[in-house]
Amino acid sequence: MTRRSTITRRKVLTAGAGALGLGVLPGRLAAQTKPVKVGVILYLTGVQAFMGQQTRKGNEFGAKIVKESGGPAMEFVYGDAESKPENGRVVAERLIREGCTLLIGTNDSGSTISVAQAAEAAKIPFLINIASAPQITEQGFTQIFRNFPPATTLVANAVMRIKELGSVTGIEPKTAVMLHVNDTFGQGLLKGVDALWEKLNVPIKIVDRIAYDVRARDLSVEVGKARSVGADLLMPVTRVSDAILIVREMVKQNWSPMGIISPGSPGPYEKAFTDALGKYGDGYMSCVPWYDPTKKRSREIAQRFEKETGDRFDLNAAFAFEAVEIAADAISRAKSSDPAAIHAALKTTNIEDHIILGGPIQFDEKGQNPNIGGAMLQNQGGKPVVIGPVQAAEAKPVFPLVPYDKR
Amino acid sequence: MTSFYINVLVGGLLIGVVYALIALGLTIIFGVMRVVNFAHGEMVVIGMYLGYGLWAATGLSPWLLAPAAGIVLFGLGYILQRAIVNAFIDRPQHAQFILFISFALVITGCHLVLFGPDPRSIQTPAMMQSYVIGPLRLDAVRTQAAMMALVLIAALVVFLKYSTIGRSIRAAADNLVGAQVIGISVRRVYAITAGIGMACAGAAGALVSPLFDTQPFLATDFTLIAFIIVIVGGLGSLAGALIGGGLIGFAEAIAALAFSPALKTIFSYALLVFVLLLRPNGLFGERERS
Repeated sequence: MTRRSTITRRKVLTAGAGALGLGVLPGRLAAQTKPVKVGVILYLTGVQAFMGQQTRKGNEFGAKIVKESGGPAMEFVYGDAESKPENGRVVAERLIREGCTLLIGTNDSGSTISVAQAAEAAKIPFLINIASAPQITEQGFTQIFRNFPPATTLVANAVMRIKELGSVTGIEPKTAVMLHVNDTFGQGLLKGVDALWEKLNVPIKIVDRIAYDVRARDLSVEVGKARSVGADLLMPVTRVSDAILIVREMVKQNWSPMGIISPGSPGPYEKAFTDALGKYGDGYMSCVPWYDPTKKRSREIAQRFEKETGDRFDLNAAFAFEAVEIAADAISRAKSSDPAAIHAALKTTNIEDHIILGGPIQFDEKGQNPNIGGAMLQNQGGKPVVIGPVQAAEAKPVFPLVPYDKR
Repeated sequence: MTSFYINVLVGGLLIGVVYALIALGLTIIFGVMRVVNFAHGEMVVIGMYLGYGLWAATGLSPWLLAPAAGIVLFGLGYILQRAIVNAFIDRPQHAQFILFISFALVITGCHLVLFGPDPRSIQTPAMMQSYVIGPLRLDAVRTQAAMMALVLIAALVVFLKYSTIGRSIRAAADNLVGAQVIGISVRRVYAITAGIGMACAGAAGALVSPLFDTQPFLATDFTLIAFIIVIVGGLGSLAGALIGGGLIGFAEAIAALAFSPALKTIFSYALLVFVLLLRPNGLFGERERS
């Protein structure tokens, strides 16, 4: 086992400031007059543009903070994969031709794999913002560094949080019904939950699994079916628009189960969800990686982001922000814009002071950060708050759910 | 459990009535002008954006704004027919298809340029309400949309039956040469028919705007559903569009109950194939004109 350097963000910045003061910067960095070009590949248009735009805001905010802190000079060049996974490679190749020596992206597993192929061919390090497909780190890519949990870890964290909910609240739900989008993502998450549910011996019986079409615009029947099962918990696997439809239907059908817990899907923590549903969005729980609200810096970053952009510092923005900090750390230590030097620096990353819940940011031999934690969020007062794990909780769970007709 | 089944079936019928209004627009254009409007779904989406925009500007419920959206689309349809479509009436069908597909692409492109790809959602108190009648719990927005659609359909039927222009339209649909012989201005009839057809789409678009988030890519879904309904009901038949709309809504509800909600759409297509096999001209369709 190799010993990692324990360089923290603060140490890097302190050293940088000291070096500047003493005028003893190493030759290559001192000679480096031009900023390091960093290519960022996202879905900035098309059907997934909402997520891409939110991710870009996180990247841009990260760049601003790094610049203010006196971090290395970086020039960000954005490439739009137009919500088409296959475009990832084409956009990455263009950015590499334009002189980018580090890539960051994307906000989707399909395009991430596509970008990884281009990065591998050109030997350009690729820092992954958001993408959970397990195969990304299983295909032998040598240039990738993923600071996002794989789907298996996402689901494992989610199942753990659901399991401990009973002990935290003193209320033990007995049954659950799953309502899931019927696409690759929904099926994958469902299989993951099924596999781990028994393995982790969760004392809640999943009594039914109801699939709905990914293009469904009306979920009245699906919600009615789930209601007729009579389960204590509803476990939806959704994206944001269907999560909104589900809650609207629950209100209209006057169905208030003991709780609604999403085992690792997007939707309920997004601003679009809480804006659309108001008080009816409260109580919905979701298990996702999130920034650590117990850290002063995380809270400050989140507050400033929300003040300056008017958007929520959600999962997309937080991971995009952190990717920029990781890039700045590596470039500072590489003291060069050379991709091989940045790659070598990324391999020895060890950032202890960072914003996402979990241990220090490090990358294993496959390029995966294994130390990312999972939070359980609950919408309270129109915004998501961390209610688990206990050591990171900023609020107590409201459980059982306040019935919709009593709000 | 029984009330659940009743609620699902009634809910299916309610949305079927709105689908029927969409399909009416398609069938009336075909019935009179013998052109197939492949941009019909795009017209519905224009109606959705109008519903959204008028709601944002006035705060009124979209079902109240549907007639306004219908009037705007009537004007658009009238102008479009006089300016462009009229020149294609006697051209081969493939030329007409290409023209309407071009319309569809241009309209979707304009929507993307003007409004972007993000879904726009209407928020009204009614979206969280339902009407409770005994065991029935009716979705308020869907019920309002279906009631307004019924009013508009009834108004259209009365207009076609009793007004002079309506009679001219029916005459042109029944016998084009005969209509010309008795002095009906076919160009005017065509333009009004195109206006009415697109007004149906526009009004239906405003009605569904609180049910489905408005975004440019919905158009294909609406075009497909309108085609399924008019083919099942019989292309060119008003009664067929009405019955077809209700039937599709009802069939989707049954499919969701009996099989899986994820199979709803597949069931609509299965019904289409079934009807085409047994009655190629649809349930109320006439035989091909010689």
